[in-house]
Amino acid sequence: MAGVTQAPRTIAAAVTFDLARQSLRELNQYLHHGLGATKKVLVLNPDGAHNIAAGMNAEVEIEIDGHAGYYAAGMNQRASVLIRGNAGPGVAEGMTSGVVHVKGFASVSAGAAAHGGLLVIEGDASLRCGISMKGIDIVVGGSVGDFSAFMAQAGRLVVCGDAGDALGDSLYEAVIYIRGQVKSLGADAHEEPMTGTDHDAVKNLLAKAGLKHDPREFRRVASKRELYHWNADANQEY
Amino acid sequence: MCGIVGLLLKKPELRERLGELAMPMLIGMTERGPDSAGLAVFTGELAGMQRKYSFCAPAWEYDWAGFESSFIAKFGGQVTIIIKGNHAVLTCSAPAPKVRSWAKQAFPQLHVLAAGRLMDIYKDVGSPADVAGRYEFEKLAGSHLVAHTRMATESAVTPDRAHPFTAGEDFCLVHNGSLSNPYQIRRRLEPLGIGFDTDNDTEAACRYFEWRMREGDDLETAIHKGFEELDGFYTFLMGTADQLALVRDAFACKPAVVAETDDYVAISSEFRSLSKLPDIKNATIFEPAPEEIYLWRV
Repeated sequence: MAGVTQAPRTIAAAVTFDLARQSLRELNQYLHHGLGATKKVLVLNPDGAHNIAAGMNAEVEIEIDGHAGYYAAGMNQRASVLIRGNAGPGVAEGMTSGVVHVKGFASVSAGAAAHGGLLVIEGDASLRCGISMKGIDIVVGGSVGDFSAFMAQAGRLVVCGDAGDALGDSLYEAVIYIRGQVKSLGADAHEEPMTGTDHDAVKNLLAKAGLKHDPREFRRVASKRELYHWNADANQEY
Repeated sequence: MCGIVGLLLKKPELRERLGELAMPMLIGMTERGPDSAGLAVFTGELAGMQRKYSFCAPAWEYDWAGFESSFIAKFGGQVTIIIKGNHAVLTCSAPAPKVRSWAKQAFPQLHVLAAGRLMDIYKDVGSPADVAGRYEFEKLAGSHLVAHTRMATESAVTPDRAHPFTAGEDFCLVHNGSLSNPYQIRRRLEPLGIGFDTDNDTEAACRYFEWRMREGDDLETAIHKGFEELDGFYTFLMGTADQLALVRDAFACKPAVVAETDDYVAISSEFRSLSKLPDIKNATIFEPAPEEIYLWRV
């Protein structure tokens, strides 16, 4: 357990870190270098600390018992991270694989620029959810704020509630499934008919997220692909 | 980056503990603002024509006795002065415009930090813990407070450029973010006779809102007009005699989180500075939406 200055407590197969008594650095050093055969890590009193379980690359379950601050589970690979509270800005940003599950709400830029894995937010997500996403699947149980899926390149964003302004602005090939109202669509985003494949995709993602909705209640938002080519006649109006 | 902190107590019996409860909130925002800190506290209201003025001197040791006697020679009447190093709160019955212009002329090295019937201000350079210790924030009592930890981006690190900024009477504002048109605001206000103490962008916002309220707008209307006039990134937290107001710009670029219980409304840039509050585990916690105005009354 390189870098661990205080031996972590072990409770019923889970290694426990209490951030009220132990430093964040101790926790993250253990997660990066000291896991060994550990399959579950419990984090107590996170109290909004930044970077909890950032940069993981191991098949381990991490349970955060409270609210997390900025960049929780950022750049996650393979780990399964459960946040039993709210998440600060940039939760699961840059994730490539694994699962990050937020029981409460998520602040801005949830799942930003992430390449893969699954991000589940049971509550609302703030502005810019899934901004520049590159392959991640995001399922939001509540609503998302303005500019969600801005310039989203690949992956799927499922929103069970409503969306704010400019949903899917400048979308590339990511697809949005929305159940509630959309305040406004962004440039180059439009609604398309749902196909059987879309219904299956939503059903599958909702099941993975543990959320119960009828896939037929969702609409598909995707790119019109008009911004893929420069149009000199558009006079900057899109 | 900066940290904003606000606390409003719903139960009068808690008011003695206002400073004590807010201390971990302020210290918790040290990483967001390590270079300066400040706090405006709203205490019991002075009677009748009485006013209090918060002054800041350029050095910790200052001849406040000399200042007090000059003040009495000029304005007469009953005067009390409470001194905390380079800060002094002077209570008297002289009106604010007269005190401000006299102080500017007779004691140009002093800053008039605040004027009003309820509000005291302490702000200085240094880490939040140092500043809080210097002015004994822990012992402050009152109904509500507004505080700030500063990481300077828009103007120099000096005591007068620390937040909260004030204008008029019993009005203060703290800011996380940066305005892109403070000089435009300034050029509008200066011809109306509104003077500026610093080159700080936040001061422009503070004077803008106070000017709107003096023109007859209530705080909410003033903030609505601010959405049109103030350009840039901001989370603003404002304090008046009986209200706290919180607002974020349309892009919500700067964070804010609110925790509410039966005892208090607590506002901070981040949850980590709220985590030590009593009963926080059962508080209602939310992030304020962009361009929504949140008002809490004492």
